[in-house]
Amino acid sequence: MTSNKNNWLSAPYTLWSAVFIIIPLCMIFYYGLTDKTGAFTLENITAIATAEHAKALRLSILLSLISTLLCFLLAYPLAMILTNMKISQHSFIILIFILPMWMNFLLRTLAWQTLLEKSGVINSILTFLHLPNINIINTPYAIILGMVYNFLPFMVLPLYNALSKIDENVINAARDLGADNIHTFFRIILPLSVPGIISGLSMVFVPALTTFVISSLLGGSKILLIGNVIDQEFTQASNWNLGSGLSIVLMIFIILNMIASAVFDKDGEGSML
Amino acid sequence: MKMINRKIALLLGGTMLLSAAGLTGCGSSGGGENGQVIVYNWGEYIDPDTIDMFEEETGIKVVYDEFETNEVMYPKVESGAASYDVICPSDYMISKMIEKDMLAEINFDNLPNARDNIGAQYYEQSRGFDPENKYSVPYCWGTVGILYNKTMVEEPITSWAQLWDEKYADNILMQDSVRDAFMVAEKLNGFSMNTTDPAELETVKNSLIEQKPLVQAYVIDQVRDKMIGGEAAIGVIYSGEAIYTQRENADLEYVIPEEGTNVWIDSWVILKDSPNRENAEKFIDFMCRGDIAVKNFEYITYSTPNDAARELIEDEDIRNSEIAFPDLSEYNNLETFIYLGEDGDALYNELWKEVKSN
Repeated sequence: MTSNKNNWLSAPYTLWSAVFIIIPLCMIFYYGLTDKTGAFTLENITAIATAEHAKALRLSILLSLISTLLCFLLAYPLAMILTNMKISQHSFIILIFILPMWMNFLLRTLAWQTLLEKSGVINSILTFLHLPNINIINTPYAIILGMVYNFLPFMVLPLYNALSKIDENVINAARDLGADNIHTFFRIILPLSVPGIISGLSMVFVPALTTFVISSLLGGSKILLIGNVIDQEFTQASNWNLGSGLSIVLMIFIILNMIASAVFDKDGEGSML
Repeated sequence: MKMINRKIALLLGGTMLLSAAGLTGCGSSGGGENGQVIVYNWGEYIDPDTIDMFEEETGIKVVYDEFETNEVMYPKVESGAASYDVICPSDYMISKMIEKDMLAEINFDNLPNARDNIGAQYYEQSRGFDPENKYSVPYCWGTVGILYNKTMVEEPITSWAQLWDEKYADNILMQDSVRDAFMVAEKLNGFSMNTTDPAELETVKNSLIEQKPLVQAYVIDQVRDKMIGGEAAIGVIYSGEAIYTQRENADLEYVIPEEGTNVWIDSWVILKDSPNRENAEKFIDFMCRGDIAVKNFEYITYSTPNDAARELIEDEDIRNSEIAFPDLSEYNNLETFIYLGEDGDALYNELWKEVKSN
């Protein structure tokens, strides 16, 4: 009986996922595996090996790995500080972190463009202070900055969640047995927060790998990431088949990432909140 | 086979798009007392007041949607994802749509303003892409040229070649659309901007790759704001933007390069499967009325082919402006884009991707 009832309750979500997830996914596979005449082909998949696509994919992977690492290095200490705070304090800090997410993603990225421009806000201040200007707009550095800025909350929250679940008594026990701070961290805290780390890594890596907005706004459309290639196939070249084929290749990377998360995070401890 | 699948895409995507389009139209669903007309135009390409005036005078509700490039517009219209009535594509896109049998013939008996007010030379020029003047009504036209900041360059800019000058490294803005970017390099090399010769295009591609390190950014609408803000010294821009930018920043100067350039026309067309054809004709004719066309000209500053409107321009400098209304006979090697066919398009896109990924 109960299971029937549950089935009924899940109907809206089942319908949602059928219409907005399953069917679009099938269409991507259909377009990706056919050519313009509708005949089966693997050409759209193997197209990833052509020089410009492979280069775009390599660059995407490189930039998103760097951004993910930077996010991790920034977020871990912050999450630890948050965990040690009193409830009243840490909810305030978390609010500060989530607040920017209430603003539109596009708007925040455009703001960075204005900030970083040659005669932008940051450089005007630097010039006023007689300091050298920074010229990173339209370079890969600006793209990394945009990725780190936009995706940092996705790293902080799972880390914070995993760290705050660590039983205080385990840490106290380690101390009782003579472990110093460094030992406690590397042998107790870090291993216990692995689910959060894995979840945070994939939540930053996946959107960074697929982004095309950040790279075109902060990269001046000069730096072609795999997301930009796919975007252009759909919007400019109207080659849906190639665009879908490349999306499938990208999905393979995402699935690998999800498998890694599933292996390390069996209990779903590293979930967002 | 493909058509059937496009239909499925239509069902899925179309419902979403249309509901979005319905929402932008103030949320009323049934249209005005005399039905509705769905218009798909370039971004910032009309004075919003004229839409209100049209709605008030005719009782026809306008559902208005915008696109950024012809290439973004085309797949959306082709897939039938949203059933537009009136669209405003450029020359080469119109010839493509005529070839694909997507456009309806316009009955000029119902469009007296379009027949009488639009200058004959613009219909003549339209014959390049619409040989019998059956499908399109010119809305705006212009040239593509170089906008430069007089305080940031050492000598007057007169040639496309100066976009390859290392002096201006990181101070150059190029257009981020295939045909416009290629046009610049094609004219530089003395080729036709409608060439599909692989050897010529290879040269053009190499020129663009050579130029890329000097380019600050590939942008479309942002050329305007970046030039006004003094972000760059030289930018490739549409003549219609030039007047606006000069109003905002007096240091800016527009020039048609000596190697020749693109003379383009954006025209109103009606889709073959337009659900509101009568209203579409009314809309186009309304936009061709002198007082309405001059309002639009003053708002968007793109040259109007509407003679009645030009007479109504109060500012004499603008009415006789070399930028807005150049005497085309003074320039060499002016061309208008034509549709290159699917293979031609594919070749251009492939080469553009090579430029971008380099």
